[in-house]
Order: sequence, then C-alpha cells, then structure tokens
Amino acid sequence: MITYQLSIFAENKPGRLAAVTKVLAKEKINIRATTIATSDTFGVINLIVDDPKRAEEALKKTGMTVSLSPVLAVLIPDQPGGLDRLTQLLFAEGVNINNAYGFVLEGHQKAVFVVSVDQVEKAENLLEKKGFQTLDAEALSAIEPFHYMKY
Amino acid sequence: MYWDQKIETMARGELEKLQLARLGRTLERAKQSEHYGRLFGRMKLATEKIRTLADVQDLPLTTKEDLRELWPYGFLACSRDELVRMHSSSGTTGRATVIFHTASDIAAWTDLLARSMYMTGMRRSDVFQNMMTYGLFTGGLGFHYGAEKIGALVIPAGAGNSKRQIQLIRDFETTAIHIIPSYALHLSTVFEEVGCDPRRDTKLRLAFLGAEPHSEKMRRKIEEFYGFKGFNSYGLSEMNGPGMAFECPEQNGMHIWEDNFIVEIIDPKTLKPLPDGEEGELVTTTLLREGMPILRYRTKDLTRIIPGPCPCGRTHRRIERIKGRTDDMMILKGVNIFPIQIEKKLMEIPGVGTNFLIILDREEYNDHMTVKVEVQKEYFGGDLHQLEALRRRIVEELKSDILISPKVDLVEPDSLPKSEGKAKRVIDNRKD
Repeated sequence: MITYQLSIFAENKPGRLAAVTKVLAKEKINIRATTIATSDTFGVINLIVDDPKRAEEALKKTGMTVSLSPVLAVLIPDQPGGLDRLTQLLFAEGVNINNAYGFVLEGHQKAVFVVSVDQVEKAENLLEKKGFQTLDAEALSAIEPFHYMKY
Repeated sequence: MYWDQKIETMARGELEKLQLARLGRTLERAKQSEHYGRLFGRMKLATEKIRTLADVQDLPLTTKEDLRELWPYGFLACSRDELVRMHSSSGTTGRATVIFHTASDIAAWTDLLARSMYMTGMRRSDVFQNMMTYGLFTGGLGFHYGAEKIGALVIPAGAGNSKRQIQLIRDFETTAIHIIPSYALHLSTVFEEVGCDPRRDTKLRLAFLGAEPHSEKMRRKIEEFYGFKGFNSYGLSEMNGPGMAFECPEQNGMHIWEDNFIVEIIDPKTLKPLPDGEEGELVTTTLLREGMPILRYRTKDLTRIIPGPCPCGRTHRRIERIKGRTDDMMILKGVNIFPIQIEKKLMEIPGVGTNFLIILDREEYNDHMTVKVEVQKEYFGGDLHQLEALRRRIVEELKSDILISPKVDLVEPDSLPKSEGKAKRVIDNRKD
C-alpha cells in the first residue's frame, strides 16, 4: 500500500516549523514522523500524518507551498538486520531511495520505515511479493508510535 | 600644467563660439544618419536656424531607447569603411548600445584622456597600470591610448588577479593606476594579506577612480590607505567613455570638456533646462564625433554644475559627483545592471514565481548582489534537490547575462514585500 508524505517548502528561519505545527494542531492532525532537509537559506519539511489530504488543504489555505508525494511505509522487525533485508532487496532490484526515515512501533518488536523511492509502484509490488507489510494512511493513524527516530 | 592651454583656459565667450561652430558641423553630420535624418525631417528642423547655444533646446533629446531601437547602425553618420573601432556599454547583453568610432573620433577621445590625466599631474616619466577590463568596455582602451599619448609607460594589467596586480606595482614601480573604487578598497585587503604597505613599499602617487559612483568619504579612505591622490573620472560609452569629465588638482568637481561636449542640466520630469547650481539630469551633445554624433543625450545621471570659476584656471565648467540615477540602473563592480534584465531572465526560468528582490550589500569593501526569488507554488514537488537545481540554474542564467555571479535565495511564494501596485525590486544597502 502507498501512503502520502507531506512536503512543505520553507525558508530556513525561525518560526517556519512552528507555523506548520500550529496549523496541524488546530486541525487536530497527528504527526507520525518528520524530517527536515535544509540547503543554506531554505529547506523542505517532510511529514507523515494521519490525514495527509486534510493536512495539505489546511496548510495550503494559509498560503504555504505544499506537495503530497507517494511513499512506502514499511513494517519491519525492530532487530538487527531488520532494515538491512529491506534495503538489500531494493538495491538488488535497482530501486533508488531518495529519502528515508523511520520510527519504532514497539521496542525490539516492530518499526516503520518510510521510504521515498524513484519507482513507487515497482517497489510496492516487490515488497508485497517478498512478504513485507506496507501501511496506508489509515493504518498509520491506527498505530501508536513508541518514539521517533531519524535516519 | 596644461596639456592644451589654449583650449583649457579659453575665455567663456570664445569657448561658446567654438561650441556653436562645432555644433553646426555636428548637425550637418547628424543629418546623414537614419535616426536624425528622419527626425529632422519630421520636425521640419532647419539646422541653420540654430544660431545660439540657447537654441540647443530646440533640438530633440536622445535616449538609450532610441539607440537600441535603431541598433546597430541607425545613428551612423558615415560609411562603415570609415569606422575603426566599436565599443559597447558595460554589462548589458543583447541590445547593448554600441558606439562606433572613426580614426579621428579615437584621436579626439585619446586627446581628452591625455588632457585629463596630464591635468592631474601625470607625465611621460610615470608608469601607468590600467586595472580595468580591456575589450568592449571603454575604460580599458580609452585610458590606455591616453596614457600612451602622454608618453607614460603603460602596463595593460586588465582587471582582477589582485596578487599579480600588486606584484606588477612593485616590480615595475607603478606610479599611477586606473581602478574601480570598490576594487581599490578590496585590493587594500590583499595588500595587507601579502604584508605590503603601499605607502612604504610602492611608488604609487596618482589614481584615477572611475566607472563607479563613489562618495567623498570613500575617496579619502582609499587615498589614506594608498598614500596617493585619487581623482574622480566620469564618462559613459555613448559619450566616448572616460575623459568626458575629470577632476583637476583642486579635487572639487569634474571639469566637463566643453570643447567636445555641450552640457545641459535638465529637470528630468519637465525636461526643461535648469540654471547652473541646480541639480538635475545631465544631458550632453557630442561636438567632435564624426562616426556617430549624438545630440542631447539623456545620461540619466543626476548632478549639478558647480557655479563659478575654478582656481585651477580652466574655464570648462565642473559637474559635481554623480548623486544618483533618474532610472533604476545599478552599478556593481563597474558593471551597469538594470532590474529589468534580471526580471526578464528570471521569468524565462520554469519554477520562478512572480516576485523577486535584489539586495546590494558591501562587505569587506566588496559589493555583493543577492537575488531573492519566489518559487512558483505549482513547481514544488516536495524535493530539495529540485530546488537546489533551480537555484543553481538561476545563478548560471543570471551570470551569463549580467556578468556578475549573484547569490540566489529561494523564498516562499508571496513572502516578498509588495508595495502598492508596483513591487519594490532593489534594496541598496551599500554605504561608502
């Protein structure tokens, strides 16, 4: 299953992230994971939220520059080699990872790894064939994250 | 003391008589060009009716747009065979204004530069290092020819390469330089870096500061560091370039060579002439140009004529330092840049939003341009690399057009200040 990552273009200055979280708090949208990539004076805030479409609309309404892009949220075992199996598989099939981050679901049990790849559908089919479970937005909003970690 | 005493100290009445005679010949020549031929016909202008200098006001004004419209040969008043050189205004590409010279035009221009430099005290015993870009830009070849005419030893160093400039100054005991004032300040930091004190370790005694408006304070600062006397030089390529107006040893205003140019100051709004002493736009007419005579050219530079005679004995009137522009032209490192050039380039690039802002700063004596560019909302695909590629492309495209590498910041759509109706395009933070 495919889920959506919310990306927001923001200048690298105080208050920009606060402006985003303020809107999401007001809309009662839950954030599951976040990463920020910066380049000198500007950057991109990436968010996995429980309701990406509604979050996009709310942020756009305030004038922000927002983009929704398909990503894969893959359930992996939280143990040594858990992530490796996934990345080796993508590598073997020539799928490139543009961005990735994850969070632990249950300590030493399960984790979710969010990958943004160049060939989403191919990767999705591949993962399903190999027995990986991928989560959509609904499934993501149902799970209780333990804590966030950033790769 | 004088390069051409007769001309330089000519009584005003005689000088004006000379101007009028030369104006008559200039008008006859100008008529040969497509532009003025057509214009005089349309205005039913009888050139023989121009009998006094006050009649100059009846002549049409000429603008840069006129030069662009009939680019490149519409102002040519002779056959192309007679031309020996072309120059172009600095910085602009595409329809940059082009000026053509005959051999006698080059000779007249060369003489003006020799006269100007001689006035400041340069002699054949001097070693003159020309630290200006050679090529289409008039500051390189113009000064080069003038200095050779005086008989000085000329080092055609060209622009940039600061350590080599210092090496040349030391190795060949350079006494006079031609330099952009902001570069002179930058070069002072390199002097410090290499542990060379120009007052102690060089023979520098004269500097011609040109191609860029600067303040009296900046001049004093440069003089203080180098221990030379710095003279302000003014000119624009449409009027040859440098050698149009130059400071004498009094360092109080620039003598504009009235045997070569008719000088007017006009109100840029009403276009009516203003009396000496009042600030307005400088308008000049060439008097010795054969190849490409230009009448009443609007320089867009704001200045005033300093009333009264100069203690140096020269009768040619003086203009004050340029106070600013009547248009939005910026001068950065001696390069003329119009915001419209940047706007045109930006709007050709996919992903660029509607608004941008140019910020000029001076840091460590170096001028910098930052262009803040709004990103188009629809263009954003959530990817940082895409934005970085966009920024790199903007830098490259602008550099190819304005010859200066700006810093480009991408900003959020609608984040730049907009004033009523017209967007504010330039913030100039440069001071002294």
